[in-house]
Amino acid sequence: MRFSRRSAVLWLAMCSFLFSAPSGRAQSGAELHFCLHGEPKTFNPILVDDEASENVRYLTGGVLIRVNRQTQALEPALAESWQVSRDGRKITFHLRRGVYFSDGSPFSSEDVAYTMKLLMDPQTHSATGDAFRSGEGTIGVQTPSPEVAVISFPTPVAGLERLFDQVAILSSKSPKKEMSVLGPYYVSEYVAGSHVLLRRNPNYWKHDAEGHPLPYIETVRLDIQRNRDIELMRFRRGELQLINRLDAEQFDRLQKDSPGAARNAGTGLDGEEFWFNQTATSTLPDYKRKWFQTTEFRRAVSVAINRADLARVVFDGYATPAFGPVSPSNHFWFNASLPAPKHDPQAALLLLSRAGYRLENGVLKDIAGNRVEFTVITNSGNTAREKMATMIQQDLSEIGITLKVVTLDFPSLIERITRTFDYDACLLGLVNTDLDPNGQLTVWLSSGEDHQWNPNQKTPSTSWEAEIDKLMHEQASTPDEKLRKAKFDRVQQIVEEQQPFIYLVNKNALSAVSSDLAGASPVALNPQAFWNIETLRLKPSPEMGASK
Amino acid sequence: MNAQRMFRLLCRGTLLFIFASGLFAGAFTHYSYTHQFRDIPNTAPSAAHWLGTDALGRDLFTRIVYGTRVSLLLAPAAALLATIIAAILGGIAGLRGGWLEKIILATADLSMSLPLLFVLIALRALLPLDVSPILSVVATFVVLGLLGWPASLRVVWAASRNLRDSDHVLLAQALGYRRSQMLFRQVIPCLRPIFLAQFWISIPIFILTEATLSMLGLGVMEPLPSWGNLLRGSEDFSAMAANPWRLVPLVVLVLTVICFQFIFPGSEELA
Repeated sequence: MRFSRRSAVLWLAMCSFLFSAPSGRAQSGAELHFCLHGEPKTFNPILVDDEASENVRYLTGGVLIRVNRQTQALEPALAESWQVSRDGRKITFHLRRGVYFSDGSPFSSEDVAYTMKLLMDPQTHSATGDAFRSGEGTIGVQTPSPEVAVISFPTPVAGLERLFDQVAILSSKSPKKEMSVLGPYYVSEYVAGSHVLLRRNPNYWKHDAEGHPLPYIETVRLDIQRNRDIELMRFRRGELQLINRLDAEQFDRLQKDSPGAARNAGTGLDGEEFWFNQTATSTLPDYKRKWFQTTEFRRAVSVAINRADLARVVFDGYATPAFGPVSPSNHFWFNASLPAPKHDPQAALLLLSRAGYRLENGVLKDIAGNRVEFTVITNSGNTAREKMATMIQQDLSEIGITLKVVTLDFPSLIERITRTFDYDACLLGLVNTDLDPNGQLTVWLSSGEDHQWNPNQKTPSTSWEAEIDKLMHEQASTPDEKLRKAKFDRVQQIVEEQQPFIYLVNKNALSAVSSDLAGASPVALNPQAFWNIETLRLKPSPEMGASK
Repeated sequence: MNAQRMFRLLCRGTLLFIFASGLFAGAFTHYSYTHQFRDIPNTAPSAAHWLGTDALGRDLFTRIVYGTRVSLLLAPAAALLATIIAAILGGIAGLRGGWLEKIILATADLSMSLPLLFVLIALRALLPLDVSPILSVVATFVVLGLLGWPASLRVVWAASRNLRDSDHVLLAQALGYRRSQMLFRQVIPCLRPIFLAQFWISIPIFILTEATLSMLGLGVMEPLPSWGNLLRGSEDFSAMAANPWRLVPLVVLVLTVICFQFIFPGSEELA
């Protein structure tokens, strides 16, 4: 055997690596494997507007302030500390020193200024940037030193610090542009339609309590897999270590087979809702528009729906009847004084009779003698929504209402609810990624395009919508959290009284975590199962020794 | 040969029974196909519910029987519509020839090159929302019938073109038969077996297309059952393994399609 000088160097290098490797990196070369449920549209963190890209941004992006997904509290990240001015128009960040991007370029306040400039550039069309636009005027960024960045806004921005959880800092100098990152991983390989391979960022600033560099896992392979059944099958075969956002039926099956792997983080942020078309420009006949614009009618329909049955039958019990626009899992913003939803067909009939409706031979008729029947549309292919619509159909038949269920392909449905307004009622889901109500401004403001029951109003058409507008503007322009909470509580109360959206259920945050993965504790907030990616570890596999 | 005849009889008997169960569904079950027994969703077969219940607690046997009525009555209607269109256009193209033949064949080729499923989805989306479930079923099958003729047209056209040059048609022409006499005495009797074959072949195709549309959530509207929307319960293969009785709608569909293929004697038998 020849022992060359080159092999001696390699041997020494291997020995030094083995002996110097901290315990936290015992599974060097280990690869975590899970799926994205769609193709990431972009790796540029400021252009993200889809779930797959958002997951990649979470894994690769370095942010100034991080919302702890478990405690929902703010934690320092690239900013060691920060101060928001009393008027809520200025935030000063004191940045961490000695931090480098994944390609080795240094991090400084110039990068914060560069990122904010790009984010707020109208040409960029950044959805993340929209959240910072509190009023007319431009945003100023000063960099008095490499460690200090001061950002000023033309008008107060409520919940300002939380917004920075979504802002991944870009390098102003790196030739790799957005591929140079400050997060725990960087994108090493992307094969469209197949996978995204992430590698551990060697320059990541974070260390564990014992001083070992984070993250522990070397590579993360994100397979692009839209079919959830195949994903579950692969998980069962041991090819994947986690699944995010399992549906109730899959979760139930997994719990029967391998109870340890099925993780229920309780009520999540996502909800399912139902609303009536109240737009003035719709093609609805006048009598129908009148039904839908009557508060008693909407309240009666709401009371007639058996939400407990929806949660139990459609979601196998992995959902809770919804109180209102905010899920109870949003600890701060949920209005706990709202009454629990109830199912009471008699109360529904009483409400309807007060509004002039009458039940004749099991058929509900309005004051002019029109039979009360309408159509609800939902997107085809979503079995849970189709089941909910069918159950609501039976619930409403108990108070004499005939409900027709029509499923449409998603583009046709969106066309109807956003452009032609040719529909009676719609059943859809709401994915909440932001805890702060400012993330829902376009839903609640009567001028908003997501104000689904009657969008893009020039002036609010009802007094209660005018009150919601006023409250939302007020809460968005004060930095006082208690005052904001009081105002948004009132918004929730109005929504409960008026039922413009009939909230049905809040789904549980269900995920699957393999026994090979240590340290996982899924939560209700996104990204549920891998929010603490930095501290996850892969257990050594018996067949393969230390590495998997 | 006897075995083949026996098998054919068995297929005919099976189809007759399936048709009868659909037509007289009320005699087979006392449940409503809409009623939801919400306390017992996805229950296993029992004396009360012979095939168990579906995900919403509806009696599965009842839904299959009523679904048979929808699928087996409307699929033949759609097949008849498609065959009539194919017979008229294919016959004209084959017998007349010339520019008319070219136009008809080009139209058929164009129709065949369109992805039928997407056309169906688009047409379905254009339907007004405010239609009753029954009307939506009829509309679905009418659309199937109106779009399902091109494949049959090609077969009818080929047969009628051969007929145009056949000796007995030439002889009839020489004898001075009028056009209507030619059509009803010479052409249609010769093409009748082809029309019938196309009709019977189209029925299972339309049943399967409706099933595909329902699998996409675009077929027959809830709460009306059809074999297609019943098959949606079998999308999840792992759930099927745990609840094999949920496969019954699939078994009935496969059985029906097989029976349709064997109810008529094959060409070897005829020879």
